[in-house]
Amino acid sequence: MGMTMSQKILASHAGLDKVEAGQLINAKLDMVLGNDITSPVAINEFNKAGFDRVFDQNKISLVMDHFAPNKDIKAATQCKQCREFAAEMGVVNFYDVGEMGIEHALLPEKGLVCAGELVIGADSHTCTYGALGAFSTGVGSTDMAAGMATGEAWFKVPSAIRFNLTGKLGRWVSGKDVILHIIGMIGVDGALYQSMEFGGEGLKSLSMDDRLCMANMAIEAGAKNGIFEVDDITIAYMKERVDREFKIYTADPDAEYTRVIDLDLSQIKSTVAFPHLPENARTIDQVGDVKIDQVVIGSCTNGRLSDMETAAAILKGKKVAKHVRCIIIPATQKIWMECVKRGYMDIFVEAGCAVSTPTCGPCLGGHTGILAAGERAVATTNRNFVGRMGHTESEVYLASPAIAAASAIAGKIADVSEVL
Amino acid sequence: MKAHGTVHKYGDNIDTDVIIPARYLNTADHKELASHCMEDIDKEFLHRVKEGDIMVGQANFGCGSSREHAPIAIKASGISCVIAATFARIFYRNAIDIGLAILECPEASEKIQGGDEVEVDFDTGVITNLTRNETYQAHPFPDFIKKIISAGGLLNSLKK
Repeated sequence: MGMTMSQKILASHAGLDKVEAGQLINAKLDMVLGNDITSPVAINEFNKAGFDRVFDQNKISLVMDHFAPNKDIKAATQCKQCREFAAEMGVVNFYDVGEMGIEHALLPEKGLVCAGELVIGADSHTCTYGALGAFSTGVGSTDMAAGMATGEAWFKVPSAIRFNLTGKLGRWVSGKDVILHIIGMIGVDGALYQSMEFGGEGLKSLSMDDRLCMANMAIEAGAKNGIFEVDDITIAYMKERVDREFKIYTADPDAEYTRVIDLDLSQIKSTVAFPHLPENARTIDQVGDVKIDQVVIGSCTNGRLSDMETAAAILKGKKVAKHVRCIIIPATQKIWMECVKRGYMDIFVEAGCAVSTPTCGPCLGGHTGILAAGERAVATTNRNFVGRMGHTESEVYLASPAIAAASAIAGKIADVSEVL
Repeated sequence: MKAHGTVHKYGDNIDTDVIIPARYLNTADHKELASHCMEDIDKEFLHRVKEGDIMVGQANFGCGSSREHAPIAIKASGISCVIAATFARIFYRNAIDIGLAILECPEASEKIQGGDEVEVDFDTGVITNLTRNETYQAHPFPDFIKKIISAGGLLNSLKK
């Protein structure tokens, strides 16, 4: 029996010719990531265990994005601890306020992750980099500490679900709608412990931003990782950003999958996930009348340039509904600057939106857009659990940037056709 | 190695945001994290929990964020063991890495009720429900994981 893409990457990093699902392996890491929330726990463990150096100063990324710019004194203390650790250890890829972006938008943008690499990050959305054809997965702080010290991690080799994509997405439909549709279909534990492997001729109609968004939410189906076949679009993206050789892995023709799902992208409609699980997916025509108080457009899921472009196209010349607060967060400094150059900032501000510096802030109920009891938000983020964006009696509806922008104008969850 | 205690029972998809809400992640202090454990879904948990108690969930326990603060908060609140039908994978790994015992057992997860008195034998995987006079068989840990737990967590196992 052949191997899946993920299995091949794991085998090569474990120095093995072959691995199979369920096998426990130790593998070499190409990048270890942490943020301002998870790194302090890792640094404490690292120090407690008596390590005094990191395995490779170029293969660790520390990004101050969650509670940064510092939301309070405790958050400031955590960022300070990371800053001092990075300086002491000589960590090259330390990104602080002013050059940081949301980690999973920043690392691909900077070419720090690429096809064929093995990446762990102390953040569950580390699975994002599978869009580039890497094996990339979220872990906890102790794994991060061990990874920083040894450059290795243990893995249980996953089985995989294969998604064969065909067709082409419709107007205003994006990778977000595809992944919400999939999670609605297989459930929040539908891919538990497994890889979600995406391929097929439908890939041609998915931009890198679409793919990064889809891989990002693989964890929301319980997956260990999401991974995309590498094609010309991926290669073009990496050539602009990555200055080292990358290796392209393809699944064997006889690779074993626990399930194969065929998906015609032309049939996907705009999709909204209702509280309090990402699997509560409804197509936009099934949403009904849901009045809202806040819109958030941003996050590691949908804070990229094409997301800003979509929001700007819909908000241009329009006004955010009187009772709605619309918060837009370009995910990196580079995206932010590009929004300025392209005139998106003018559009956003004239429409009545607040635009923030890059941060994870509201997505996890940290800061910059917390909800009160009884309030509802449409967010382009990735989770809508109880209390995720604030009070336990608030509600989060997950959607694409197009639906979020349209909803901001309408003051209720709305399709783009209702406002354009 | 054994655990023995009173059960705190929860449902499907208990996510790490309700185990420890993100608003408290501005600290890595174990006791402080424990003081908010489960408060968004069960305000009484912290008043009820006693050292050695057992937490039982159903499917996909610990889904969502990778925050290790979640198993840390559970462990520091006094819980000795978590049993569920299935665990989300990052939570599963984190629990092992920090030395919080966890067992997958769909039968136990279904039949054990809140308040039951339960004993767990980690070497054999046998879960005994003393309140209902029932036993359930979970898979014992593979040797690889036993090594990490007996060393007192992943980093200690690397040191040796």
